[in-house]
Amino acid sequence: EKSRHTFGERLNHLLANFRSVDEDFFDELEETLIGADVGYDMAMQISDQLREEVKLQNVKKSKDVKNVVVQKLIELYDAAGADEHTGLKMAEQGPTVILFVGVNGVGKTTTIGKMANRFKQEGQKVLLAAADTFRAGAIQQLNVWAERDGVDIVKKPEQSDPSAVVFDALKKAKAENYDILFVDTAGRLQNKANLMNELAKMKRVITREVPDAPHEVLLVLDATTGQNALNQAKLFKDTTDVSGIVLTKLDGTARGGIVLAIRNELHLPVKYVGLGEQVDDLRPFVPSEFIYGLFKGLIDVD
Amino acid sequence: MAFEGLTERLQNAMKKLRGKGKVSEADLRDTMREIRLALLEADVNFTVVKDFVKTVRDRAVGAKVLEGLNPAQQIVKIVDEELTKMMGETATPLNKSPKIPTIIMMVGLQGAGKTTTAGKLANHLKTEENARPLMIAADVYRPAAIDQLVTVGQQIDVPVFEMGTDTDPVEIVRQGLAQAQANHNDYVFIDTAGRLQIDEQLMDELARIKALANPTEIMLVVDAMTGQNAVATAEGFNDKLDVTGVILTKLDGDTRGGAALSIRAVTGKPIKFVGEGEKMSDLDVFHPDRMASRILGMGDMLSLIEKT
Ligand SMILES: Nc1nc2c(ncn2[C@@H]2O[C@H](COP(=O)(O)OP(=O)(O)OP(=O)(O)O)[C@@H](O)[C@H]2O)c(=O)[nH]1
Ligand SMILES: Nc1nc2c(ncn2[C@@H]2O[C@H](COP(=O)(O)OP(=O)(O)OP(=O)(O)O)[C@@H](O)[C@H]2O)c(=O)[nH]1
Ligand SMILES: [Mg+2]
Ligand SMILES: [Mg+2]
Repeated sequence: EKSRHTFGERLNHLLANFRSVDEDFFDELEETLIGADVGYDMAMQISDQLREEVKLQNVKKSKDVKNVVVQKLIELYDAAGADEHTGLKMAEQGPTVILFVGVNGVGKTTTIGKMANRFKQEGQKVLLAAADTFRAGAIQQLNVWAERDGVDIVKKPEQSDPSAVVFDALKKAKAENYDILFVDTAGRLQNKANLMNELAKMKRVITREVPDAPHEVLLVLDATTGQNALNQAKLFKDTTDVSGIVLTKLDGTARGGIVLAIRNELHLPVKYVGLGEQVDDLRPFVPSEFIYGLFKGLIDVD
Repeated sequence: MAFEGLTERLQNAMKKLRGKGKVSEADLRDTMREIRLALLEADVNFTVVKDFVKTVRDRAVGAKVLEGLNPAQQIVKIVDEELTKMMGETATPLNKSPKIPTIIMMVGLQGAGKTTTAGKLANHLKTEENARPLMIAADVYRPAAIDQLVTVGQQIDVPVFEMGTDTDPVEIVRQGLAQAQANHNDYVFIDTAGRLQIDEQLMDELARIKALANPTEIMLVVDAMTGQNAVATAEGFNDKLDVTGVILTKLDGDTRGGAALSIRAVTGKPIKFVGEGEKMSDLDVFHPDRMASRILGMGDMLSLIEKT
C-alpha cells in the first residue's frame, strides 16, 4: 500500500525516546495523536484511557505500551460503531439511489466515477445524474467519467435547477430499469444555509419519486482536512441524514485521523477510501487496516 | 461551533490571575496551556504551536510579567504581538515583472482551488488595472480540467490557451507563452494539475515548467480547512519550487484556518490573497491581523485586554 507511515513512525520515535512511562510520555503521545488530526478531545480521551490501561496492566516499558496503544485504539473504533452496516444498503427492488454530498473539491465526482466503474464491472446497469449544474466544467467532468466507465448519464444545461436533473434521472432510472443511480451534487460549505437547503430539497425529490430512497447518502471527506471535518459531518448529517463517509486522498501523507473523532461523536461509518485519481483507486473501508495504517511503522518494528 | 476561542479560554484562565498580587509559575503554565489548546483546535501544526507557546512564555518571563502590575493584560498583548509578527505584519502585494508579461504559476494539492483562483486573480487584475491576462491550460490529467478553465475564461472574458490533453504540459506552456508574447498579454496564468507533494514525477513536471517559464510568482494554493498536514504540503512544494506566495481558499467556511499560521511558520512565504467563495469576485487581499484573530477565535484583542 502506498499510504501513510508517518504516524506510526513518529510514535515509534516517541516510544524509543522514553525509557519509562511517565507524564511526559503521555504529553508527547497526545501531541502525536493530534499530529494525525484525531483532534484534541479525542487525543485526550485516548491518552486518558491508555493511562488507566497502563496502570492496570502495570506496563513500564515502552515496547509494551505500543501494544496497548494499538489494542485500545481498535477497541475504541469498534465500540463507537458496534453492529453497524459498513457495506452499501441496496434497494429491495427498483433502482438503488446514492446521493453524494460534501464541501468543495473533496472528491465527490471522482468517487462516483470510480464507484460507477465497480458496479458496472459487477454487471449492474448504472446511471449517473449530473446535478452539479453550478461549477464550471462539472457536467463535462462527470461526462468524461461516464464515457470512461461506459455508463449512462443524465444532464441538463449549466445553471439548470439541480432538483430537475435529479427528477429526470429518477424517471429514467425507473422507466429503463437501472440498478443503481449515482447523484453528483455541487460542492458546498456546510455553513451556507441556502445551499444546504437546496441539498435537502434534492433529497426530498428523491424520496418523493422513490419512497425508500436515497438508500445511501455518502459524505465525501478529504483526508487532509483538519478539525473542520467534524463541523462538516455534523451539518451535512443534520440536513441530509448522511449514512456513511467516503474518505478520499489517503494516498497523500495525511492520516485522516479526524475520522476517529467523527466516529466517536456522530457514529458515522467510513464505507470507502480513495487512494488516488485513477478509476481503480477506491477500496472498501476495513477498520482494522485503517488503524494498522495509522500505526504501520510502529507495528512493523517487532 | 464546538470549539472555544482563545477569548473564552483566556478569560477563564485569567480570572484566576486577577486579584492576585503576584502570578505563580503554575498560573503562567495554565495560561500557556489555554493558548496551546486554542491553537491546536484551530489546526495549527503542533510543532508550530510548541514554538509559539515557548516564544510567548519566554517573553512573558523575560518581561518580568510575573512581578508586573497587570500580568494578564501583558500576556494578551504578547500573544497578539507575536501572532501578528508571525502572520506577517502587513499585506504583501503581487510581484510584478519589470517587463510584461508577469507570469503567475498556480500549484497545489488536488482540489485546493487553483483553477478557480486563477480566474479570480485574472478577473481582479482586469478590473483593478485594466489588465489583459491570458490563462494557459496545463492540466492534462484531471477530467475536463480544460473545459473548466475555458468556462471560467468565458465568465470573466479572459482568453484561454489550450492544446487538449495529448501534449506535454511543458510544451503547452512553451507555446502558450509564445502566444502571450505575440499578443502582448501583460499577465499569464499557468493552471497546473493538482498533485501530491510526494509524487516525484509530477513534482518534476512542475520544476520543468518553472525552469522554462521563469515565473514571477509561484502561488501555492492551499485549502484553509487543511489540518496538521499543511506543514508537509507547504514544505514539499516549497522545497521543490521555492514558491513566492500563498493563497488560502475556502475561507468563507467556518474553519479557523490555523493552516495559515503553520504555512507561514515553515515557509516564511507571504500569504497574498484569500478566496472567500466560488464566484469570480470572491477574492480578497490577505489581512494578517484579521487572520490572527480568526485563528485564535478572538474577536477584539483590545476589548479582551480591557476586560481582564
Ligand atoms: N490524490 C487523490 N486525489 C483525488 C482523490 N479523489 C479525488 N481526487 C482529486 O481531487 C480533485 C477534486 O476531485 P473532484 O472529484 O472534482 O471533487 P468534487 O468534490 O467533485 O469537487 P467539486 O464538485 O468542485 O466540489 C481532482 O483533482 C481529483 O482528481 C484521491 O483519492 N486521491
Ligand atoms: N466556497 C469556496 N469554494 C471554493 C473557493 N475556491 C475554490 N472553491 C471551490 O473548490 C472546488 C475546487 O476548486 P478548483 O479550482 O477546481 O480546484 P483545483 O485546485 O483547480 O483542483 P484540481 O485541478 O482538481 O487540483 C470547486 O468547487 C471550487 O468552486 C473558495 O474560496 N470558496
Ligand atoms: Mg464535483
Ligand atoms: Mg484545477
